[in-house]
Amino acid sequence: MRNKVTTIEKVIAEKCFTGMSVLLPGFVNVGVAESLIDGLLATDITDLTVISNNTSVPGRGIGKLVRANRIRKITCSHIGNNAETCEKVVKGEINITFCPQGSLCEKVRAGGAGIGGILTPTGVFTPMQDGKQLLEWDNEKGEFKFVKPDDPAVGPRYILELPLHADVAFIHAWKADTLGNVVYRRTSRNFNEVFATAADYVIVEAEHIVEVGELDPDQIMTPHFIVDAVVQGKALTEA
Amino acid sequence: MSCDLTGKDLIAWRTARFFKDGNVVNLGIGMPTKCLDYLPEGVDIWIDTENGAVGLNGAPQPGEDFDPNVVDAGGRPSKLRVGSACFDSFRSFGFIRGGHVDITVLGAYEVDARACLANWMIPGKAAAGMGGAMDLVTGSKTTIVMSTHTDKNGNPKLVHKTELPWTGWRCVDYFVSELAVIHFIKDEFGIPRPHLEEISKNTTINEVIQKTGAALIVDRDIRILEDA
Repeated sequence: MRNKVTTIEKVIAEKCFTGMSVLLPGFVNVGVAESLIDGLLATDITDLTVISNNTSVPGRGIGKLVRANRIRKITCSHIGNNAETCEKVVKGEINITFCPQGSLCEKVRAGGAGIGGILTPTGVFTPMQDGKQLLEWDNEKGEFKFVKPDDPAVGPRYILELPLHADVAFIHAWKADTLGNVVYRRTSRNFNEVFATAADYVIVEAEHIVEVGELDPDQIMTPHFIVDAVVQGKALTEA
Repeated sequence: MSCDLTGKDLIAWRTARFFKDGNVVNLGIGMPTKCLDYLPEGVDIWIDTENGAVGLNGAPQPGEDFDPNVVDAGGRPSKLRVGSACFDSFRSFGFIRGGHVDITVLGAYEVDARACLANWMIPGKAAAGMGGAMDLVTGSKTTIVMSTHTDKNGNPKLVHKTELPWTGWRCVDYFVSELAVIHFIKDEFGIPRPHLEEISKNTTINEVIQKTGAALIVDRDIRILEDA
């Protein structure tokens, strides 16, 4: 049976590269793969295209990458907890694309689940529909039709949101076994479960690495076959 | 029994009167969390947090043991109550968009006469992002905006037409202020219209109309807000 446990230094040297796209789960400071982020910061890798919900707080988690100017582009739903990100966005140092939090989840889910896109009512008639295709359900004909932003709404209207996929995902787990089965804890689970499905190479940092067989199959939230590497992470001590 | 609160406390008290026992309620950051101080007797609600839990139970007390893996939608440490459940973000937003959250309470920059909400960006100012607000107002069964009736310059918060980018289109059900409760009810064409339902005992219908930027429909018995 494969043992996927490796070191942070080795996996980053072998699998991460300048200009890569990376899925970084986490909600503010919890569920962020901070040990992997520290490992990345120990290298010269830069020019990252990040997909995340937010950018933690200044100097913590994803905020470390912001402070070190490693992020070129980011797709996220909120940067309000990190004034440094706001500042770099205003200065044009980080190119930002906002995406409603639920749409972000579904875009990544589609990317990981082989779905060509999703239709969501979220963001219709807001700036979130700009540049995107809109569809409306015609109840009489029983079919969807494409509509223009200014067309009056007659039936239920949806934005076509396209899938997101990345080169690498940094996942934060509570427990992982040496084969790569994963359990998350409480609200640290957040985006980790869905983000783990949508990268070419998935690295899990676990607070606790356990032997295969110790995790109950019914409790496993991310199964081993989508995980490529497991590294030892640190436990969260403050929220 | 009439309530003697004023200002934001009165708004929170009245908003909490919308909660029914067993409701799943998502409270925005800031003023909406004040509703918890005024839950009606016998009403036990489940606090939903879009980052993946239902059953939040307030912040840990200083010195109290807590799990740093539990945070609220503002990223602050929180506790879980007995009976709570955790889930991942995509299911959390599936629950929200799918209409499984009873009530969302949030603040506003402006609400317009067709129940459109603007609360996430002001053009020309740096935007922090919408977070989960767009999904919450689109999918929740009932969306309540808690707001002072006018801003600090005296301008109405409920306006005829807002120039601000929307968070949600025709999404607000109730606008609750220290002066009034305004209920958006769909007309025969399905368009929400603002009906005045309650006014504070400290005001008059005329004062409410004068301090509101949208034309209010006054077509029913107006109740006293403090008697709700």
